[in-house]
Amino acid sequence: MARIELDLAHAYKPNPRRDEDYALLPLKMAFDDGGAYALLGPSGCGKTTLLNIVSGLVRPSQGRVLFDGVDVTGQTPQQRNIAQVFQFPVIYDTMTVAENLAFPLRNRGVPADRIAARVGRVAEMLELSGQLERRAAGLAADAKQKISLGRGLVREDVSAVLFDEPLTVIDPHLKWQLRRKLKQIHHDLKLTLIYVTHDQVEALTFAEQVVVMTRGRAVQIGSASDLFERPQHTFVGHFIGSPGMNFLRATVVDGEIEVAGRRVAAAGAALVALDAITLGVRPEYVTLADAGAPGAVPAVVTQAQDIGTYWLVTGRLGEANGAEGALVRARLAPNQAIPKAGDAAWFGIVGPHTCYYRDEQRIEGAVA
Amino acid sequence: MKPVNQKAWLLVLPVVLCVAFSAILPLMTVVNYSVQDIISPERRVFVGTEWFKAVMRDDDLQGALLRQISFSLAVLAVEIPLGIALALSMPAKGWQASAVLVLVAISLLIPWNVVGTIWQIYGRTDIGLLGAALARLGFDYSYTGNATHAWLTVLVMDVWHWTPLVALLCYAGLRAIPDAYYQAASIDGASKFAVFRYIQLPKLRGVLMIAVLLRFMDSFMIYTEPFVLTGGGPGNATTFLSQYLTQKAVGQFDLGPAAAFSLIYFLIILLLCFILYNWMQRVGTQDKPESGHG
Repeated sequence: MARIELDLAHAYKPNPRRDEDYALLPLKMAFDDGGAYALLGPSGCGKTTLLNIVSGLVRPSQGRVLFDGVDVTGQTPQQRNIAQVFQFPVIYDTMTVAENLAFPLRNRGVPADRIAARVGRVAEMLELSGQLERRAAGLAADAKQKISLGRGLVREDVSAVLFDEPLTVIDPHLKWQLRRKLKQIHHDLKLTLIYVTHDQVEALTFAEQVVVMTRGRAVQIGSASDLFERPQHTFVGHFIGSPGMNFLRATVVDGEIEVAGRRVAAAGAALVALDAITLGVRPEYVTLADAGAPGAVPAVVTQAQDIGTYWLVTGRLGEANGAEGALVRARLAPNQAIPKAGDAAWFGIVGPHTCYYRDEQRIEGAVA
Repeated sequence: MKPVNQKAWLLVLPVVLCVAFSAILPLMTVVNYSVQDIISPERRVFVGTEWFKAVMRDDDLQGALLRQISFSLAVLAVEIPLGIALALSMPAKGWQASAVLVLVAISLLIPWNVVGTIWQIYGRTDIGLLGAALARLGFDYSYTGNATHAWLTVLVMDVWHWTPLVALLCYAGLRAIPDAYYQAASIDGASKFAVFRYIQLPKLRGVLMIAVLLRFMDSFMIYTEPFVLTGGGPGNATTFLSQYLTQKAVGQFDLGPAAAFSLIYFLIILLLCFILYNWMQRVGTQDKPESGHG
């Protein structure tokens, strides 16, 4: 077990110049010993690269990786004592389940009786005890993925267990079971777990801390509620949530924030010096307001969908000069009068959960 | 009950016709010959299984069969491991990979009789590189005079000609193994040998099966190269089954025994391929018998 610190950048090309040449832009980050982390982001955002750098399969082109303060940048995964579970289950076809689980220990020359005890324990934990003597090649995908995981857990002193989208090939109803198993293992063994996924539900339910990544950059590290309530970057607001955060162009005029030609709130100290900003509000926090209410803007409803437990209402704002404005989505509880498409409605967009952004970064102390 | 559309048989008809003219009718002709003694086109006698019995008792044939089996086994024993080793040492990507692939494939593009001619010259002690070099080193090498030398030369020639096929098949099989397997093995602390034994070899099972069957069948039917190189000699040290058959059928025009023997030859190949195929299917996929613990 180890505390993992990263201070690095990585480019697959030699001599990177522009930001686009980097798979991972310079970043500094630490994974605490025993924490459950998720790396969340769209395809190609660099999350797998980051994971492979932690495991030692990829050597960062700049910077270093520390395990408990020791520089391990040049070490192999084996020397770092990392376990990794891949997207597709990796099992040794010709071996039985028990032999698969014993393989990492046998390679390290552990005595046979210790191996047997350890394999028995891990198999029990993963509910594989009944299949130990079966050939691993004949098992279903979820059992194979459990074997991959088991080969990591069988080593008692493993530094961290890394997962690279491990549930991709698993049936939906088994995904839930396996995820619960992972949480339980984390709880029982207090291992450092790092989990790569592009599925926000998976990330938010699995991890204590989620690292949101986009285009080679880690834009925010935080708990599920941090990411939801206070996205530090517009990408986080947009990527987390269903649908994502509404972003509206706003200006600061005479110490007040103006959206679509209406002054909606008084600007805080941090905003006074700025003129163009972005207002962000989650659809969950958009309300229906009376005409002319403070903090509300007028819109024409373009769509109202019944999503079962809530209504998703989309409205288009009008700009002051008569031009068409941005779309606003609102998640509304069904126990109120829901406007129909074509209706005029006022949306309340300012509240304690409203965030303000400049250059995609959140501004602290934006409201007076 | 579902209605049955008998017209569907018409769809199978072209295939039946093709197979009939290309395989079944010629084969039946051979069957026809094998049960008759044809003295002249007008005079033929039905002899039943007489030819089969005669052929089975023929010492020359038994000798050729033994030589053939030992030759085919030697071919497999050398070419399969050598092909795997070659494939493992070939570069995986870059221009070197393309260059090596072309180099390796060259011998496969050479016509059989040319291969025989190349080796006939190559092995000559007066002008051939191999023969002259061996002679210079003090070996009394002669593929025309010494039976062992002739047999070994034919074997080496076949290895030279066909190992690249095995190597190319294995190379394709190796490239199809996802990187995650190597990464997992590295994390599990597997040695190079363990990676070969537990990842590469099992993943090559499919292509190896094809390689073994192809090389077995082809070497069992080998004809042109030894015919050009040694003509089956010295004595009949390199007279393999197909050459023996040709001597009987074309040389001596003994159509009856030749036909009977063709059928036996065909059945031997079929039987051995069946055994090989089933054995290879089973090895590595069978569940281990339940043992005491677990």
